[in-house]
Amino acid sequence: MSASIDSAANEMVDKKSEILFERPHALTDAITNYCPGCSHGIVQRLVAEVIDELGIEGETVGVCPVGCSVMAYDFYSCDMVQAAHGRAPAVATGLKRVLPDSVVFAYQGDGDLASIGMAETIHAATRGEKISVIFINNAIYGMTGGQMAPTSLPGQVTQTSPYGRDTETAGYPIRVCELLSTLDGVALAQRVTVDSPKNVRLAKKAIRKAFEYQIQGLGYSIIEVVSTCPTNWGFSPSDAFEWMRDNMLPYYPLGIYKDIKAAKGEQ
Amino acid sequence: MVEKVLMKGNEALAEAALRAGCRFFFGYPITPQTELAAYMAKRMPKAGGVYLQAESEVAAINMVYGASAAGARVMTSSSSPGVSLKGEGISYMIGADLPAVIINVQRGGPGLGGIQPSQADYWMATRAAGHGDGHVIVFAPSTVQEMADLVASAFELGDRYRVPVMILADGMLGQMMEPVALPEPIDSRSLPEKEWATNGHGGKRTHNIVNSLYLVAQQLEDTVVERSQRYARIKDEEQLAETYLTEDAEVVLVAYGAAARISRTAVAKARELGIKAGLIRPVTLWPFPVDTIETVIPVAKSFLTVELSMGQMVEDVRLAVNGRSPVSFFGHTGGVIPTPDEVLVAIQKAAMGEQFDLVPYHTRLTGGAR
Repeated sequence: MSASIDSAANEMVDKKSEILFERPHALTDAITNYCPGCSHGIVQRLVAEVIDELGIEGETVGVCPVGCSVMAYDFYSCDMVQAAHGRAPAVATGLKRVLPDSVVFAYQGDGDLASIGMAETIHAATRGEKISVIFINNAIYGMTGGQMAPTSLPGQVTQTSPYGRDTETAGYPIRVCELLSTLDGVALAQRVTVDSPKNVRLAKKAIRKAFEYQIQGLGYSIIEVVSTCPTNWGFSPSDAFEWMRDNMLPYYPLGIYKDIKAAKGEQ
Repeated sequence: MVEKVLMKGNEALAEAALRAGCRFFFGYPITPQTELAAYMAKRMPKAGGVYLQAESEVAAINMVYGASAAGARVMTSSSSPGVSLKGEGISYMIGADLPAVIINVQRGGPGLGGIQPSQADYWMATRAAGHGDGHVIVFAPSTVQEMADLVASAFELGDRYRVPVMILADGMLGQMMEPVALPEPIDSRSLPEKEWATNGHGGKRTHNIVNSLYLVAQQLEDTVVERSQRYARIKDEEQLAETYLTEDAEVVLVAYGAAARISRTAVAKARELGIKAGLIRPVTLWPFPVDTIETVIPVAKSFLTVELSMGQMVEDVRLAVNGRSPVSFFGHTGGVIPTPDEVLVAIQKAAMGEQFDLVPYHTRLTGGAR
């Protein structure tokens, strides 16, 4: 390479070296265990971006219970606690009561939050526990290989509902945001998705609000992210979003189910 | 001299925890430990701490898990059926190396059982506090004074070895009132900092992780082996037992908690009859005080274990004695309390050198061996 070309290249680098995209500081460089096209990667990144923007990494403790997200303790740069299946809200309660000035979030899947951990969820919510819960609803148990979840749709075929979820025997899916929005301790209950750049931005805004409400001491916040599981659904990532839009969103409409500040006319 | 106050055992446990620097209590109502939770509910807010009535035993132990991860001295209390439910959380605490104090004021079982005093959870406490390869340290008080004294030891050992510690009491000790000299309160700010705690890194260190998951088999084995080395140290250094008239004892009773109180009276009665009886009272059930058993082996001609169960600790006594003398058992269960005279009959039988298991109906109806 000649000297003149070299210096021209350097000049170009100097002019263009503004960083436009990088890994948030709140994420480590660990390689995640998520399948290609899974929504976890997007949502986990959004949480990390919010932690960065609020400048709270040093005061934040995350709780990751059993499910696909259980190894998130390796993915976040803040202090992390792995919890038993369904118990994240109780573990987060213990953390937050000892560390009232810290920011405590729990990152839970649908089997964890709405099945084995429903009691912990409802009671943390009704106590108005000042924690932020990120809830991944992909209508299936991902880590164990695709079993029926409490949020699996009527007729949905899974490993443990091979003929489709029969509501006569397996009952109906639970709409978590609607359920929790009836509780006085809940500050924010919002359902979002991450299937488009617009929706990703909306989801991030909601996650940020959930953290802000915690910092303001307003109560329990939950952001339900209607998500995909391409691997266990048996679709490509883009077909999975298509299936989600056609089947999940009608059952789980996006929107704000409770916002304590909006209700008080503060927003 | 420290002034003594008259207190229930359950209240002494609670007050001693506060004095040991515990400011976080998570529990769920169950008889016969209720006074403990009620005491905490009253005192904690005034002491600047947190009392939280959880939605379940499962939630309570997981709140303890979270509070311990945050670095706090934390306690929960329950009674037998409730401790079964806590088993999951205890196992996770063992796996994540989290200290905490767990009180079990035992009642009769299995199932809902009854609400009368019992020692039927010895196996659960010493063998299977939860799934997996692991142990909790188990203390067994036998007086209200000891209820108070052992709480501080429980917090100290828990923090030192990073293991959960159980205090295995029973409904009799929990409900009875005795004079107690309460320990001096410690300043919790004087406790050493827990460098492993997940309390926010503050930009001053890399992130801490509290975790019990190891998907690589070798890593899991390594952590379990490391923990077992701590268990070995605990077995070496933390065995605790009280002896009573054992120096020349030919019949050595082994009993803990409420059963030890009854056995002590029976030993005194046996001495009046000219039988050289003595008593070993384990204060730690895990580690089991095998060293103390060893000290009496040269003189002892037979052992008699007395429990409020169908015979659980007797297995540990038999392991410690290892066939060198007969080890017999006498017990009542379900909340039935043996009388000293019943124990005396068993001592007389043991003095004749045979090994037997005396369980309730045999004792009452036939008095015979099983």
